[in-house]
Amino acid sequence: MKFDSPAGDNPIDQLKVVGKPHPRIDGPLKTSGKATYAYEWKDIAPNPAYGYIVGSAIAKGRITSIDIDRAKAASGVLAVVTAQNAGKLSKGNFNTAKLLGGPEIDHYHQAIALVVAETFEQARAAASLISVDYKRGDGAFDLAKSMDSAKAPPEGWSGPADTAVGDFDSAFAGAPVQLDAEYYTPDHAHAMMEPHATIAAWQDDALTLWTSNQMIDWSVGDVAKTLGIPKDKVRMISPYIGGGFGGKLFVRADAILAALGAKATGRAVKIALPRPFIFNNTTHRPATLQRIRIGTGKDGVITAIGHESWSGDLPGGGAETANSQTRLLYAGANRMTRTRLSVLDLPEGNAMRAPGEAPGMMALEIAMDEMAEKLGMDPVRFRAINDTQVDPEKPERRYSMRQLTKCMEIGAEKFGWDGRNATPGTRREGRWLVGMGMAAAFRNSPVTKSAARVRLDKRGVVTVETDMTDIGTGTYTILAQTAAETMGLPIEMIEVKLGDSTFPVSCGSGGQWGANNSTSGVYAACMKLREAVTQALGFNPQDAVFADGKVRSGNRSAPLAQAAGSNGLSAEDFIEYGDLDKQYQQSTFGAHFVEVGVDAHSAEIRVRRMLAVCAAGRIINPTSARSQVIGAMTMGVGAALMEELVIDKRFGFFVNHDLAGYEVPVHADIPHQEVIFLDEVDPLSSPMKAKGVGELGICGVAAAVANAIYNATGVRVRDYPITLDKLIEKMPAIA
Amino acid sequence: MKAFSYERATSVQQAAASVAGTPGARFIAGGTNLLDLMKLQIETPGHLVDVNGLELDKIEKTGDGGLRIGALVRNTDLAADKTVRKDYGLLSRALLAGASGQLRNKATTAGNLLQRTRCPYFYDTNQPCNKRKPGSGCAAIGGINRNLAIVGASEACIATHPSDMAVALRALDAQVETMRPDGTTRTIGMDSFHALPGTTPHVENDLAPGEMITAVTLPVPVGGTHIYHKVRDRASYAFALISVAAIVQKDGSGRVALGGVAPRPWRIEAAEAQMPQGAKAVTAQLLAGAKTTPHNAFKPALVERTLAGVLAQARS
Repeated sequence: MKFDSPAGDNPIDQLKVVGKPHPRIDGPLKTSGKATYAYEWKDIAPNPAYGYIVGSAIAKGRITSIDIDRAKAASGVLAVVTAQNAGKLSKGNFNTAKLLGGPEIDHYHQAIALVVAETFEQARAAASLISVDYKRGDGAFDLAKSMDSAKAPPEGWSGPADTAVGDFDSAFAGAPVQLDAEYYTPDHAHAMMEPHATIAAWQDDALTLWTSNQMIDWSVGDVAKTLGIPKDKVRMISPYIGGGFGGKLFVRADAILAALGAKATGRAVKIALPRPFIFNNTTHRPATLQRIRIGTGKDGVITAIGHESWSGDLPGGGAETANSQTRLLYAGANRMTRTRLSVLDLPEGNAMRAPGEAPGMMALEIAMDEMAEKLGMDPVRFRAINDTQVDPEKPERRYSMRQLTKCMEIGAEKFGWDGRNATPGTRREGRWLVGMGMAAAFRNSPVTKSAARVRLDKRGVVTVETDMTDIGTGTYTILAQTAAETMGLPIEMIEVKLGDSTFPVSCGSGGQWGANNSTSGVYAACMKLREAVTQALGFNPQDAVFADGKVRSGNRSAPLAQAAGSNGLSAEDFIEYGDLDKQYQQSTFGAHFVEVGVDAHSAEIRVRRMLAVCAAGRIINPTSARSQVIGAMTMGVGAALMEELVIDKRFGFFVNHDLAGYEVPVHADIPHQEVIFLDEVDPLSSPMKAKGVGELGICGVAAAVANAIYNATGVRVRDYPITLDKLIEKMPAIA
Repeated sequence: MKAFSYERATSVQQAAASVAGTPGARFIAGGTNLLDLMKLQIETPGHLVDVNGLELDKIEKTGDGGLRIGALVRNTDLAADKTVRKDYGLLSRALLAGASGQLRNKATTAGNLLQRTRCPYFYDTNQPCNKRKPGSGCAAIGGINRNLAIVGASEACIATHPSDMAVALRALDAQVETMRPDGTTRTIGMDSFHALPGTTPHVENDLAPGEMITAVTLPVPVGGTHIYHKVRDRASYAFALISVAAIVQKDGSGRVALGGVAPRPWRIEAAEAQMPQGAKAVTAQLLAGAKTTPHNAFKPALVERTLAGVLAQARS
């Protein structure tokens, strides 16, 4: 099915199942421990062996010698794999550094050896017997110091490195009210609950991987490329994923080394990355330095807006495009953005929940708060008067739908924003200084091809098969809702099977494109199945109505199961898109409101309440969508207050590489969250008229917290995370 | 993790003798810290003596009106004990500020005292650390040390002691009772139980090889208002940036001990004479000679302001 003109009325609009707050259909499997996460499969391969990975102790340089003899001789050891004996390996299209290093070392904890043994404990004990000598090389580990050597990266997902409209420099210089400020966002870890894990088994020359991966088709390709085998010899199975946040978009060392270990031993091999290894071995969200300049008239209308973003990565890596939202979010006749990328020898940077916009909004939305204050204007109003219904860089492109101002207005009313005192440091409740802050939320809603197969059996059950993944987001449920709605069945009559590379290729889970595109793919397949059903029944497809488990046409009616016959019916199709997303800018919008308390003495910061108002097209399942947004808000609080991979710039590694050192919010940090979805349908987005919400929810949160801290204390912090040590010397005198 | 042998102790003296007589042996009780360190190859004992079966899990009044807490009393039980809550509220509050419910259910009184530092370089066996590998150097000096010590540290080590409970015990003038392998016993004051690092940061306390903690005793209750304020970046389940344990009497006199600033619970009795003068005067004496780094230079001001808040709370 090609979606190249606005969606008219279609079966989804019945909203008998879609749009309803259905609890997740895979919930009971998860709460009873029966969901087969990657490391938890049993009886899929006989007698698996266990792998344990050794990581590099240096960040940059080379291995001068590696002694594996003691490990090989240790109790229970079956094989030791290193770059010396692994055979020729390539690098995946989505990997920047090699997944098995040596003798050259690209980053700290890069895998350099795998020990395979009969038990996990034997493999771990033997791994400690491998002794390695290194020659340390000079590496670059300091983003600020690398800025002078930074270059414009090639055009990527977020467009060209630089954009310009009008004459930014003179417009900014001539603006009566100006802001020129620099911001810093640190490196972030995905810190998902489930570690990267894989079970690998070979049968002759064919490899099967039970793993935890968000993008099955990309990753099958990268496994094949890395190992130098045909893509059709790789099967990947990943039905349940315990969180990914972008950390599992790609193949990592667990998958490749499990495959190599299985090859070396002739056994199935299980590997889970130990938690202290994940932070430096896998990918992370890169740190950014950002400079934002905004110029307005005295009336608050933006005349000049500029956003420059610097980040670093290993050679061949990509930039964190923290300026991407500034190209789209606010009006302004004169504009510039600039992206620069330098080489850093830290672990590989890559996508994490809302790459680009998440750190970009952390900075831009503080800048907007600072500007509002300079103007003496309410922050909601300042944003509203600079709203735009067109892409400000390409004004011929309208937004397909944009309700940013409505989100802010509803949020302000529900949150009691009019109770905020614009003068900071003026509200005290007991030991707490109390402040409120807000920020806009913005994230694009990309469209991309997604396929599915649906089978109707003689019981009348429809089974959906697609290589789409559910990373804890609720995908199983929304695909079931889509199939149920389209086929006129109750949701209990739908089975959903995901995450298997033998199924049709989906969009996968990433970039908040999963929900809209994968449901549209299932919708397309179901529409094809409806044709097959009417044909089998000899019904007129034009007036056939699918409802209540039956098909009706004129005065004829038949149960759906009847059409299936004894062999069943199946249909496969995909959604693909014309150029509506070129004609129209398709994005999601929201507004975040936050109240914080800051201890007047110790400067400890605690969030008191949060509200998000989101406009993101049709909400397919309000329960799972709300879950996505409150999770994203929680992650935003982490980014605001505590999350930072701390770099030892002498040795070039993330020092706090466990969950005691890398703090993420705990329940006590998140007292009250509320989410409101605007009742919105966007016929330009897809037949579902839906968009994404999983990343919208994080964009702007941290800035809203930062702005609330400013309102509470009068201390403006522009480098994240905002910890009490950045406030303590500047806190108001204690009354 | 290195393979190890294991035995269940039959008596305190037998346990002490077994640990003293077996090279590389360690006691194990709750295991909440030791097992983690073993998995990370930071602790590599060849033999574990499990003391959980020894009947050291009672909380009882002492003859002189104090309280004896068995070495194996779990942190959860100690925090919830009625007498502790009534007469030694500081201890209960400090315990509840630490770890999580699950960990407190396992962790013991003696084990809590013997926790090892959370310095990130101690935890990474690729890095030099004089505490983990004597003579290898200290990566924390000149490295990432926001959470580390500003007083009592040395050129060899700037690690902090992570316990909350120990800070309260120090303020309460607790005593540690032990038994040696030969069956003799002794009592060590909390003021001298934990060692300063000096040139031997791997030596963390006054215990001799095999010497086993049997109980912690508290003297007669001293009354006053008990406040434990633990300051951290998130609201729960984090080690202290600093903590203030205070007992404040109606006349403004009292006691103060600090966590998160030193290799051991930090208390200087002489500084307490300044309590009626307020936080600034107390802190100046408590942290006299403090040596900070750019990462932890905020700690003196944080101690002073937090203590001011604690004193204000005690007055209110």
